[in-house]
Amino acid sequence: MDFLNAFVALANFVLIPATAYGAQLALGALGVTLIYGILRFSNFAHGDTMAFGTMVTILFTWWFQSMGLSLDPLPTALAALPFGIVVTALLLLGTDRIVYRFYREQKAKPVILVIVSMGVMFILNGLVRFIIGPDEQRFADGERFLISARDFKEITGLEEGLAIRTTQGITIITAVIVVALLFWFLKSTRTGKSMRAFSDNEDLALLSGINPERVVAITWVIVAALATIAGVLYGLDKSFKPFTYFQLLLPIFAAAIVGGLGSPLGAIAGGFLIAFSEVSVTYAYKKVLGYLLPENMEPEGLVQLLSTDYKFAVSFVILIIVLLFRPTGLFRGKTA
Amino acid sequence: MSGNPYQDDRGNKDRTITNTGGSEWTGAVRSGGRAERVNGDGPFLIGDGMTGGYGTGANILQDCTISVERGEIAVIVGPNGAGKSTAMKAVFGMLTLRGGAVRLNGEDITRLTPQARVARGMAFVPQTNNIFTSMTVEENLEMGAFLRRDDISATIAEVYDLFPVLRDKRRQPAGELSGGQRQQVAVGRALMTRPGVLMLDEPTAGVSPIVMDELFDRIIEVARTGISILMVEQNARQALEIADKGFVLVQGANAYTDTGKALLADPDVRRTFLGG
Ligand SMILES: Nc1ncnc2c1ncn2[C@@H]1O[C@H](COP(=O)(O)OP(=O)(O)O)[C@@H](O)[C@H]1O
Ligand SMILES: [Mg+2]
Repeated sequence: MDFLNAFVALANFVLIPATAYGAQLALGALGVTLIYGILRFSNFAHGDTMAFGTMVTILFTWWFQSMGLSLDPLPTALAALPFGIVVTALLLLGTDRIVYRFYREQKAKPVILVIVSMGVMFILNGLVRFIIGPDEQRFADGERFLISARDFKEITGLEEGLAIRTTQGITIITAVIVVALLFWFLKSTRTGKSMRAFSDNEDLALLSGINPERVVAITWVIVAALATIAGVLYGLDKSFKPFTYFQLLLPIFAAAIVGGLGSPLGAIAGGFLIAFSEVSVTYAYKKVLGYLLPENMEPEGLVQLLSTDYKFAVSFVILIIVLLFRPTGLFRGKTA
Repeated sequence: MSGNPYQDDRGNKDRTITNTGGSEWTGAVRSGGRAERVNGDGPFLIGDGMTGGYGTGANILQDCTISVERGEIAVIVGPNGAGKSTAMKAVFGMLTLRGGAVRLNGEDITRLTPQARVARGMAFVPQTNNIFTSMTVEENLEMGAFLRRDDISATIAEVYDLFPVLRDKRRQPAGELSGGQRQQVAVGRALMTRPGVLMLDEPTAGVSPIVMDELFDRIIEVARTGISILMVEQNARQALEIADKGFVLVQGANAYTDTGKALLADPDVRRTFLGG
């Protein structure tokens, strides 16, 4: 029995990766939930918006690298991130002007806007593949580890190593800062309050003199920032591939819906819930159990509940359970 | 419905609210002073011979006229579905008129958007969904004053003096309050622009008789400060008692128009609308 080593193994393979992944999902789900709250539709183009923002950031990263610019030990992508956000914001404002505004003026049903957003999704999808190609890109540079497994073993003398990658640390710190800023903005600024008012009661917001087009524009800009940051953090932590980002739609929507669509707090809780479920269900516990159980009881198999190939099923199952038993989500958002 | 394939019935949301065409964004807000009368000596606010309906639908208002004098209380009564709320929305520019005009202080404002009318000193408390339920009482008031760029703390204090219970609950989400308190928040929000005329659509709907009397007292108090009140009321008898002027609407048209006292005394009105 070796609790310490078991815990370190668990932290190394489940807790830390799931926390980073949860933060990435939470940022993605925040974007989805903001669009739902203000524009009142589920934006299927969100995954591809993340891909677009990440692509722009990668292009700027390559350009900076070619000029010899570096933030070492931090990844160069962090310097490129603001540019990615600006370009993505312009893209989203342009899409709104060309596509969504027309339907808004018609007071189109949400379901029509959802389908429109699928159209936008396909176009963005093609655009990203056309510009950067469908292949996988790795763009993380700088120091790879905050703590490497070997250092950890040397310092602690434990058998099991604990590695914290720089990208995981950056993900968590960035997510905390972004979420704090967002909540401060929504809670304390005049513009943020007007967004909440508009989300709460559109007609009354208009009767109070709140300009809907301004609220919508600011929402798109914030969503561009959230989507790009989420996408870049995910890409740094894993890698960038357009198709993977499209697939992220499912866990992100699951997170937003599980938390309660329209509820920012819910999006964060949902992101972590989905991430922890996904990682812990697909992790092979053989090693952890090996430390915990007496030698003769050591498991033969991998003790993995679900193969990683099926990780998307986890989001799906959680989504269905929540929709069956609590359709408004854990934090009582608007009905999904 | 209007035959628009994209449209959805989203409650009483009116497309015209967001209509920015022909609007005149002054951003200015009456700051309590009295505006100059531009011409004529008509009422302070009048919806004159209004005809119109929702979207492209049938006319609901038929040559309907409602008005209020400066600092007075005018009450609109009538059976359910008579078009009282529709008349209020028409005066506030939330549906497009096919005939008639709306004049504020002698000036024709028929083509102004509701937002522009807010900027001109009109305030409206809709019959339903008239507060931001997820926001605190104080945030509701702040949103009411969204168009103002000056210091609003004095106005907030005035609203709290008018409705003391709101001061105690100012950090609570408005959706958690009782029916009567919600109506106070709704009226308070509307008062935040320091309007010249306050339009109330059934402010006492769904509150107990005691709370209703209390609300009427507060409304009279507001009128005494010089703010005109144009109000729709279900409780016709009590409302006409405090009204300077009363309008009885039936099927979108004026059935009786007189002072509140005269309507209360009118045997026809009593028999048909006041239950004897
Ligand atoms: N948003 C709307 N769209 C279409 N018709 C409406 C709408 N609101 C009310 N109506 C119709 O207008 C008529 C008058 O309604 P309303 O003005 O609400 O009556 P009141 O307030 O006097 O009870 C009713 O026949 C109602 O069905
Ligand atoms: Mg009504």
